[in-house]
Amino acid sequence: MALAQRINRAQRVLPAWPIYLIGFGWMGWLFWLGLNGDLGPEPINALERRYGLLALQLLVATLVITPLRTWTNISLIKYRRALGLMAFAFLMGHFLVWALLDLQSLSRIGVEIVRRPYITIGFAAFVLLIPLAVTSNNASIRRLGAMGWRKLHKLTYPAILLGAVHFVWLVKGYPLEPFLYLGAVIALLAIRLVPKRRPAMRAPAGAVTR
Amino acid sequence: MARRWTNDLTHDDVTPRPLWLNRRQIMAGMGGAAALAATGAPAMAQGLEPNTLEQISTYNNYYEFGVGKEDPAAYASALDIDPWTIRVDGMVDRPGEYALADLLSGLQSEERIYRFRCVEAWSMVVPWNGVELADVLDKIGVQSGARYVAFETVVQPENMPGVRSRVIPFPYVEGLRLDEARHPLTLLATGIYGQPMPKQNGAPIRLVVPWKYGFKSIKSIVRITLTDRQPPTTWNRLNSREYGFYSNVNPEVDHPRWSQASERRIGGGLFARRQDTLMFNGYGDEVASLYAGMDLRENY
Repeated sequence: MALAQRINRAQRVLPAWPIYLIGFGWMGWLFWLGLNGDLGPEPINALERRYGLLALQLLVATLVITPLRTWTNISLIKYRRALGLMAFAFLMGHFLVWALLDLQSLSRIGVEIVRRPYITIGFAAFVLLIPLAVTSNNASIRRLGAMGWRKLHKLTYPAILLGAVHFVWLVKGYPLEPFLYLGAVIALLAIRLVPKRRPAMRAPAGAVTR
Repeated sequence: MARRWTNDLTHDDVTPRPLWLNRRQIMAGMGGAAALAATGAPAMAQGLEPNTLEQISTYNNYYEFGVGKEDPAAYASALDIDPWTIRVDGMVDRPGEYALADLLSGLQSEERIYRFRCVEAWSMVVPWNGVELADVLDKIGVQSGARYVAFETVVQPENMPGVRSRVIPFPYVEGLRLDEARHPLTLLATGIYGQPMPKQNGAPIRLVVPWKYGFKSIKSIVRITLTDRQPPTTWNRLNSREYGFYSNVNPEVDHPRWSQASERRIGGGLFARRQDTLMFNGYGDEVASLYAGMDLRENY
């Protein structure tokens, strides 16, 4: 566990704020590339996909942190809020590019959300993540209490699952990439159901367990 | 078809070579505005200003080279197109293995500026060069019982990364009803902007059926078969609910996963406006009669 200790020591001195700096910088850079014709001849679709994929990647990263601590003692929990909020920012970007640049009309947006199941679930994932983004701050943890806050933030699980299904559902044919993401999400959710250690001894018969 | 298609647009309407070679550089230069004003007015009046060669050849669906729009431009250079033979079989008088040049020799070459509408709701305007498929059919001799034409795309696994990863079944196959195939708008294209067909656009020879969604216009054809029954087509076989045999451009019949009512013309940048999709992609006057009496919601 020497590696884990070294990483844990490093994270004590490495702050989380550069994640926001890099994240928003990246977001702006991609938009700039699109504006200048450097995302190919169809920048709207390209930007929509780039933002959506980055949101999914960051969401998967937030899912990695707890199992990593459970199974390797590496604790990166300090960065989870920044990763989650950046994921939401890219998701917001994905949604706005889709709504404002791609569809360009409120009625189209409404019709698409209602009529296309893959958009319905993508939008549902976005809506599920709104309260989580709003409460990703210390004041909200205090107000909700640690238990309540943690319960609320379990919404990330269905949201990420919906996001991964949205990706699989929107492609044509059977490319590998979206299935890899869906597989990763399912694995990362499933690993949470695995108890870390089996109890050393069986509880005696009749003993009261929680 | 008794009549031939007569072009009301000529090569003069096509964006001049210096412009499409590098429109961006020229626009940045001094003479940009003047040069642009010199492009074909009739073509522009019809909303038919062709896309640049760069746009046409860097935004492609050619799944044999990968599912990304930029994949064909990145990988298609490996496609081996010389020599190229096309197998002609089925209900024809003169079947056989035709060298490409032999199949095309003596046929009238055509320049056609067509709208190109992808099923994914984007579109381009492409100045094609080629021959009418009808002329090729006459050359090979269609037997009286034939009712459909089937096409097949080349498979070169060693040159095609998408074939190796098997995202869809290959070879890619497509088909047309014989009257659609004989329609004077239907082209076997061998070039764009008077240049040989770029490999990522389906070199050396591809189908162009401008009133149907782009996936009907099969690329890099190695086989043409005349048959009396409706041939299987790749996307229909993969997902028949989403892709019908006919796949005529129809703003009133949505793809289950996206609307077909509007489209975005490639090249408009980040703030390109959507435009309404036209029935039969704007070729209704020419082709609607082919489908008289057919329910186009059923036969999508």
